Amino acid sequence: MSETTETAVGAEVWPYPIRYGQVKRHESDVVVLGGGIAGVWAAIGAARQGAKVVLAEKTVTARSGAGGAGVDHWQWAADNPCSRVGPEELAQALIDNQGGYRNGISTYIQCASAYQALLEMEQMGGKVRDVDDEFKGAPFRDEASKLLFAYDYDARFVLRVWGSNYKLLLRKECRRLGVKIIDRISVTGLLTRDGRPGSQVIGATGVNTRTGEFNLFKARAVIMCMSRPQRNWTFSSELRGITTFRPPTNVGNGHAMAWRAGAEFTMMEKSMRSPFASPYSYPSYGVGNAINTWFACNIVDANGKEVPWVDCNGEVISNFDDRYRPAEGQKFFIMGGGSSSHPHPGLKEYAGPKLIPDLAERMQNGEFTPPFYADLTSMPDHERRVIWGLNVGEEGKTRVPVLQTYSQAGFDPEQDMLQTYDFLRGSGMREPVSPQERTFGEQGVCGGLVVDWDLMSTLPGLFGAGDLIYGSQDHSHAAATGRYVGRRAAIFADGQQDEHCDDGQIADEMTRVYAPLGNGEGNGGGMDWKELNAALCRVMQNYCAEPKNAELLDLAEMWLDDIAETEVPKLVADNPHKLMRALDVLDILTCDQMIVHACKARKASSTHLHFNRLDYPELDPPVWHKWITIRRDGDQVAVGEMPIAPWGDFESNYQSRL
Amino acid sequence: MQIKNTEVLRTPNSPTPGRPVIFNQEKCTGCNICVHFCMEDIFVPAARKGELPIILYPEECWYCGNCVDDCPVPGAIALNHPLMQRVRWKRKATGEHFRVR
Repeated sequence: MSETTETAVGAEVWPYPIRYGQVKRHESDVVVLGGGIAGVWAAIGAARQGAKVVLAEKTVTARSGAGGAGVDHWQWAADNPCSRVGPEELAQALIDNQGGYRNGISTYIQCASAYQALLEMEQMGGKVRDVDDEFKGAPFRDEASKLLFAYDYDARFVLRVWGSNYKLLLRKECRRLGVKIIDRISVTGLLTRDGRPGSQVIGATGVNTRTGEFNLFKARAVIMCMSRPQRNWTFSSELRGITTFRPPTNVGNGHAMAWRAGAEFTMMEKSMRSPFASPYSYPSYGVGNAINTWFACNIVDANGKEVPWVDCNGEVISNFDDRYRPAEGQKFFIMGGGSSSHPHPGLKEYAGPKLIPDLAERMQNGEFTPPFYADLTSMPDHERRVIWGLNVGEEGKTRVPVLQTYSQAGFDPEQDMLQTYDFLRGSGMREPVSPQERTFGEQGVCGGLVVDWDLMSTLPGLFGAGDLIYGSQDHSHAAATGRYVGRRAAIFADGQQDEHCDDGQIADEMTRVYAPLGNGEGNGGGMDWKELNAALCRVMQNYCAEPKNAELLDLAEMWLDDIAETEVPKLVADNPHKLMRALDVLDILTCDQMIVHACKARKASSTHLHFNRLDYPELDPPVWHKWITIRRDGDQVAVGEMPIAPWGDFESNYQSRL
Repeated sequence: MQIKNTEVLRTPNSPTPGRPVIFNQEKCTGCNICVHFCMEDIFVPAARKGELPIILYPEECWYCGNCVDDCPVPGAIALNHPLMQRVRWKRKATGEHFRVR
């Protein structure tokens, strides 16, 4: 066999036609911006309502988004017939478990309709049941429906599914319904009535990432499904891709353009330490561990000594099956598997089984000897096969990089123990050691677009779904909210007049978008997108990490503004691909500024927002138990607030919009 | 040792990792389906039809594996994890150590 690693040598002519400045126009009832999981479900939802739908995707709709490569856990499907917890109770538990800082609207939509979305996926050809009886008799299987469950085997509100081809099926369904999909368009801005920020959103602009062609999208309703900011604290120009959970294309383009258009945001002050952000981490789900996809795997030390598990009461779990059951006196648990240093400070009443919290100390005392391993060999057969097979085969970004690659290198789950690296890093499981390993949007619920029960933003005509809306996350959440918002946006679009896009706004955006092309070395330019991204991260590391105070945050704002004034005009791109990356970094800068504004506005420390103000050290003062909102108002930032649970009654609000 | 006296070029350093995927020249038909399915758009098609795609932006690879999954010819393309991030394991019965290759 001859192998080759063909890389670019020398500068050849760009392989695609160049169409800088040429304009392509698209018109529809609904335009969906971003074709990840939320985007395709939104397009399907709107098309089923009879709307003419255009979908613009930055990469390739067939596979794009954090969940494009797959999904193994269909979370919080409390509407499934086996769930012992109802949608309202589960939604409230999830909100309480985040100290109130979780979006009740979108969480309820998820809890009340995730299973309905899954049944639609089954209609499209997706595998959602164990029809091949691979796991017959397993304690996580419902024999009648053949549905498989995860985590709490009594409560049964999280399903295990075979999602590695779901995205391909969703794109097929879009096509069947007549959705016009346009790939390789990086959406750059929103068009508003009369070109004014703060007025109704009537369209969007974008640039083709291969040809540089300018695209105009005019629509009666606009749905943004563009995930969330990343690369705000951590950016390695190299050595990054394999470790990240969400694709590097997700940088918060939607956040930035909605901010420029005057939409309101909340929770933007939350960021946290995260090993996912580190370029020195490992393939996601590809090391020995005991959480999420690997819950509840046996962990052993170098001598084969098993690390004990404890329940929410701190009692050691002696019976293996009890790792999948609530503790005595507990009604149900949410996930589980982490150790005490897991960054989510959830409530004890919903805490799942986990490894002993003092493992680091007991290792120090000599009771356990590193390195540690995930020992699938000693797991019951059905648990071993479901982890190394279904879960590490269908999860986003594991099928090829982990299951296939490791298997081809000889890894055998019946004989081999996969090393865990977390305990070698100085502290407990998943706790990063570097303050630079900080993230806004790589994991957990985070800040985003403020939406109402229609999932419409504070700007009329602008809707949101998936990870982009505040206090939300997850694959089944993206599916459920996408499906829901598509319907709501189509209904809204039906009542709208035809609007005229403002020529001045379009011309300004073209000038902004193409600016990096004119900044060659000879023109005083030459700032590379990677160098700019790294420099922005350094500002955020130094002045907007942990801890914070007014002085530091003022400096953060000052240095971000300084870079915007001095280096941004020098930002250079010499082909459409690099132009996309350059525009991404400009949006990262905008997101950084939003984050700093929000941090300045919250004058209190907060456990659940991972927010530590040296100048306001009191933790969680009740008067600050509320959402802080920010929006752009001319050159100023308007700060506001919302009560902690602004959504009212779940069921009546939800039912009235079906 | 005889070193062939060929033309030496003034080449820049390669990005790291520089080889996120490896093509099998004998199997790859140059159909460019991997170019189509790559989310990060790290490939461009070769100048001549039927030749291997060019990995133009190797350091932007997300290692999602979609290029491998969606390739119509099994074995024509394989992921190549960065050496720094190749995970290890131990065989329980023998104590032997292995790693991703």
